[in-house]
Amino acid sequence: MTASTPQKVILSAQDVAIYYGTKDAVRHVNLDVVSNTVNALIGPSGCGKTTFLRAINRMHDVTPNTRVTGKILLEGEDIYAADQDPVTIRRRIGMVFQKPNPFPTMSIYDNVASGLKLAGVRDRKILDGIVEQSLRQAALWEEVKDRLKTPATGLSGGQQQRLCIARALAVQPEILLMDEPTSALDPQSTARIEDLLGELKKDVTILIVTHNMQQAARVSDTTSFFLIGDLVEHGPTDQIFTNPKDKRTEGYITGRFG
Amino acid sequence: MSMAGQLDLSGTRSQILRRQSSRKASNIFAGVVISICTLIVLIPLFAIFYYLISKGISSINLEFFTQSFKPIGETGGGMLHAIVGTLEMVGLASVIGVLLGVSGGIFLAEYREHKLVPWISLVSDVLSGIPAIVMGLVVYAMIVLTSKHYSGLAGALALGFLMVPIVVRTTEEVLKLVPSTIREAGLALGLPKWKVTLSVILPAATSGIVTGVMLAVARVSGEAAPLIFTAFGNNNFNADPRDPMAAMPLSIYQYAISPFPEWHRLANAGALVLIIMVFSATLIARVATRQRK
Ligand SMILES: Nc1ncnc2c1ncn2[C@@H]1O[C@H](COP(=O)(O)OP(=O)(O)OP(=O)(O)O)[C@@H](O)[C@H]1O
Ligand SMILES: [Mg+2]
Repeated sequence: MTASTPQKVILSAQDVAIYYGTKDAVRHVNLDVVSNTVNALIGPSGCGKTTFLRAINRMHDVTPNTRVTGKILLEGEDIYAADQDPVTIRRRIGMVFQKPNPFPTMSIYDNVASGLKLAGVRDRKILDGIVEQSLRQAALWEEVKDRLKTPATGLSGGQQQRLCIARALAVQPEILLMDEPTSALDPQSTARIEDLLGELKKDVTILIVTHNMQQAARVSDTTSFFLIGDLVEHGPTDQIFTNPKDKRTEGYITGRFG
Repeated sequence: MSMAGQLDLSGTRSQILRRQSSRKASNIFAGVVISICTLIVLIPLFAIFYYLISKGISSINLEFFTQSFKPIGETGGGMLHAIVGTLEMVGLASVIGVLLGVSGGIFLAEYREHKLVPWISLVSDVLSGIPAIVMGLVVYAMIVLTSKHYSGLAGALALGFLMVPIVVRTTEEVLKLVPSTIREAGLALGLPKWKVTLSVILPAATSGIVTGVMLAVARVSGEAAPLIFTAFGNNNFNADPRDPMAAMPLSIYQYAISPFPEWHRLANAGALVLIIMVFSATLIARVATRQRK
């Protein structure tokens, strides 16, 4: 992080709580995310990281009986305000899921181009350019450039995950949410994706859920520690890992529980 | 580890081995039972084929496909009129069945929260419970009585309504099989739900939907009852669906109940050809959708 550039808060969660039916999975989360940074969300399994992440691009809208309260501001505007369209929000806030989920009937090329194509972009040159750029950004271009027209399901798991990253990048989101994107990958693919994040943050702000403490320490600028639905501590990654303020954070990071 | 622990371990091991051998036995037993059941199911199928081939193959010749009904006394005569009628009516019925059925199935599977869903589900269940002949009567009252005219279109409508519930249910089932992670991937790209459904989910379910449509086609191709009061049948060649039309099952029935052995052979030949037509339609549809993958 450079101190000279002015820090703009792109995303701000204000007293966010998320309910599955009557059970609250996440409570009173207040969190500011500065643009062009990588932000790690850590915490033991079931503490609500995925739940919180899915609230940010309104993915909970599609699951019945799920409710989000509080405010989530994207560049100052509440994405849950009545006049906001979830489709537009998701266009601006992309998501990469824990398990690779390429579109099964589409080729590699069509997967990456799908977001633009289905939004009405027809110009072949533009599509070609963005597909190549996105695949390069996802460090997949060299491996697939000779077989762009082959089915995406023919790729390995790690390649499929990078394809999903490329697909998310192709629509040029402002924020990218990544839910344990490397949990199903080998160390080499993981390293490539980690390298990628440093590059990507020039263009997009990243929130990444990870169970891998080294990964959080390596790639992120800030870290948020969740525990049973509460955001226990949030701060610069250096500070969280070397000098946590909360005993529970320290306990989790040093591996005493979780 | 202590001695006792080791003893314990070998004990469980022999237990596991014993259980394995009994598992092998039950495996073989299940295999035998399943094979016998399969055979029992296959017997009527082969019996039907054997019967139809032995009784009807002699009547399958060029005339059968190029000539229409000939009154008794005249030599020759074929089923061209019925083949054309069945092809046209089942084709038109498929348009109705696919349009209504696939959209109903999409609605049931993808818009489960919608308040119309229980109603669509109910209508589809009721439709599938209506006997084919009643469907014919309904269309007779709705179309034939009001237009004062039997027609291939009325027949196609009755067959189409019979197809709808089959297509609705299979479409619903195969769409539910598409993993929800694929839906979420589409939505997360900022695509509206209907676009995700039509461009991502539906293509992933195409081969299953085609199977359902072919099932429905096979079901209605052999129906005579709903055509009696609608298409009515026609002894002359007619390719205009606005007029009364012949159909394979109607002609087969007409030939089969006659007292003439010559016509019995034609009936058996017609049944054989009908089965082959349905079978090849299914095959072609399967191959066509496989290539699209
Ligand atoms: N659809 C759902 N309905 C009801 N409860 C849910 C649902 N999804 C998650 N939960 C519950 O909400 C809590 C938080 O789940 P969440 O998936 O957000 O955890 P997580 O931090 O992402 O865990 P992990 O690290 O294992 O992915 C858990 O107690 C979980 O059981
Ligand atoms: Mg999770």
